[in-house]
Amino acid sequence: MRERFEHLRAWQRRLYEGGWAGVAWPKEYGGRGASLMEQVIFLEEMARAQAPPIANTLGVGLIGPTIIHFGTEEQKRRFLPKILSAEEIWCQGFSEPNAGSDVAGLRSTARLDGDHFVIDGQKVWNSYGWVADWCALVVRTDPSAPKHKGLTYILVDMKSPGIEVRPIRQMSGESEFAELFFNNVRTPAANVLGKVNQGWEVALGTLMHERATLGASITIVYRRSFDRLVELTRQIRKNGRPLSEDAVVRQKLAQAYTELEVFRLNQMRSISRLSGAGIPGPEGSILKIFWSEYNQRFQQTAQEILGPYGMLEEGSPHAVDGGEWAYGFLRTRGNTIEAGTSEIQRNIIGHFVLGLPKSY
Amino acid sequence: MRFELNETQLLLQKSAREFLANECPMAEVRRLMETETAHDAGLWKKMADQGWTGMICDEEDGGMGLGMVEMAAVFEQMGRALLPGPFLSSVALAGPLVAAAGSEAKRRYLTPMIEGKACATAALIEDSAEWDPAGWRTRAEADGNGYKLHGRKMFVTDACASSFVVVAARLSGEMALFAVSKDSAGSGICRLKGMDRTRPVYEMKFEGTPAELLMKGAAAENALSHALAVATVALAAEMTGGMSKVLELTVAYAKTRKQFDQVIGKFQAVQHMCADMFLWTESSRSAVYYAAYALDKRLPEAATAVSVAKVYAGEAYREVGNRGIQVHGGMGFTWENDVHLYYRRAKASENAFGETGDHRERIARQVVG
Ligand SMILES: Cc1cc2nc3c(=O)[nH]c(=O)nc-3n(C[C@H](O)[C@H](O)[C@H](O)COP(=O)(O)OP(=O)(O)OC[C@H]3O[C@@H](n4cnc5c(N)ncnc54)[C@H](O)[C@@H]3O)c2cc1C
Repeated sequence: MRERFEHLRAWQRRLYEGGWAGVAWPKEYGGRGASLMEQVIFLEEMARAQAPPIANTLGVGLIGPTIIHFGTEEQKRRFLPKILSAEEIWCQGFSEPNAGSDVAGLRSTARLDGDHFVIDGQKVWNSYGWVADWCALVVRTDPSAPKHKGLTYILVDMKSPGIEVRPIRQMSGESEFAELFFNNVRTPAANVLGKVNQGWEVALGTLMHERATLGASITIVYRRSFDRLVELTRQIRKNGRPLSEDAVVRQKLAQAYTELEVFRLNQMRSISRLSGAGIPGPEGSILKIFWSEYNQRFQQTAQEILGPYGMLEEGSPHAVDGGEWAYGFLRTRGNTIEAGTSEIQRNIIGHFVLGLPKSY
Repeated sequence: MRFELNETQLLLQKSAREFLANECPMAEVRRLMETETAHDAGLWKKMADQGWTGMICDEEDGGMGLGMVEMAAVFEQMGRALLPGPFLSSVALAGPLVAAAGSEAKRRYLTPMIEGKACATAALIEDSAEWDPAGWRTRAEADGNGYKLHGRKMFVTDACASSFVVVAARLSGEMALFAVSKDSAGSGICRLKGMDRTRPVYEMKFEGTPAELLMKGAAAENALSHALAVATVALAAEMTGGMSKVLELTVAYAKTRKQFDQVIGKFQAVQHMCADMFLWTESSRSAVYYAAYALDKRLPEAATAVSVAKVYAGEAYREVGNRGIQVHGGMGFTWENDVHLYYRRAKASENAFGETGDHRERIARQVVG
């Protein structure tokens, strides 16, 4: 896992050197200063070329854009270039054992002590926690305020004394996420992003990006998987004919393509609407629901097409693509949970987009 | 027919449930799934003492002589407990195959199985992973008094735990069934890493492997189709049991997990997921018990009923697993949570004894023509 990660990090470094890591990011912070649409076109070209994804997914996709929007000039200069170059990998410290869907109910605290905040508490399900250099953390700084009002968004160096990272094994067998424990962790108050006690607004910025833009980089991965599945159906023969000539298989592939294409177009439309505005709106939930549920259906389709060979895991000589499909299938189950569950996304659409009354 | 279990069946179900709760709790499942065979000889012996290893064997052969519905009731509990090891392979697959052979073969192979001294499985499908015997290429040739096998079998369940394996092979163009001892087959057995660690699958290579002929021709073909029907019903019953356990775990979680200052079960989105899981589980149960009944009474529609149960249970178990994980949120995505172990079993079961697409085709042949 670490080896593969270092490979992706080196790849992102090369993109950065060519000015391709942050196509739509301002030039002064290491980006290319182009439009979001151009960024999307670039990502599509990457997909077409079967390029691997980048390493610093959360840094580039969610946390960087939040810093661009809310950060001070100093923060932007300090953090953004290293996010793009993958020199500093980021993780997102929002969820807690008792604050998942209700993330604003979080209980980790930070109290001011001179020019530092002292952080205590626990975070959970932190993707990239095992490699992260920095963490975008949301903590409670005013316990007496209503739950959305007393939060602060702070950038924490993962090498600070008092942080413990414990890997969590996920159902797919690997440990891509971790638990983070903070015990008297001192962080400069200068690392607060936005204002103290106004962290919810900043956190929402990250969440909106998570819903809306994470999909763009995911398109690459999805397109690669789709193309690979098509290629496999040309190679695998059933009753003397390649699977790609089987009527049922063709229907399934065509359906997957249709959904992938609609996803891409949804993405394009949302980006042209967003260009300039900076923070995506609640309709980003459509994208989140779409990519996560598409991927689950696609992986199921792949399983149906590949049959029992598709369920063989890494380490089996007969496993298709070294077990990637078995892993992919299991991993998709997290898609409708991470970055806000499908139920929460639908609540957001119902309430914030369609104006239906809030039910809780 | 009655659509409810009778008193004897209920009693059997209850004792199986209690036995498995005591002898095979989840901690034991997790321990066994990390071993090479997922088989525990001590547990096996205790199941034999219950008479389960001879559950569907005739009384004159030392079995309990139970019918398919009773068998389904026990397998449902096994699926619920996620019982690891070769019980299904032995009792519902290899057993019926050997039981169709002559009395000498029964004495040699069936009796030790019933007595709990041997486990067994059957090696049927090959590289193509197709369940239609017409596509199987492994062949047998006479060798002195016995036979030798050549070929390769894939996705053989529990081969490593089995003292003998029933192998389907062509003998002068005819379908035939052979018994191969673990000692002869041993070196050709190689583990495939399937998703379901509680039921390991293997590749088996035969390169002039000595084998004993059990039966051939029409007798072998009939035995095969009957045994596969029995095994499919047992599997679908297990799947239903697995679903009901996932449902139970999920509802319990929805009643205790709190978000937004209330239990998540209060949100209708969560309630509806649980309600769907219930609907699928109960529907699967209807399909499975009817298939068991139809097979037991040898009704003309038995084969279709078995396929209906398999198709329905396959999708239902997977969807129940999907919702079960979803309601558990991040917790559901962890290794530590038990739901994914059932999910892995669901996935493997979907492929076993004919994928959903195969069974749909079988149904279509009956009802469409
Ligand atoms: C693979 C993966 C990676 C992740 N990475 C990160 C990360 O990097 N950083 C981070 O901070 N977090 C991360 N998470 C955590 C993720 O954001 C949470 O798991 C998610 O928000 C759900 O919270 P929970 O797990 O506490 O589930 P819960 O909130 O307890 O939800 C349980 C169930 O109840 C439902 N539910 C809850 N409230 C409502 C409601 N109001 N209406 C209807 N249904 C409701 C949910 O939809 C779900 O089905 C990750 C999770 C996964 C699975």
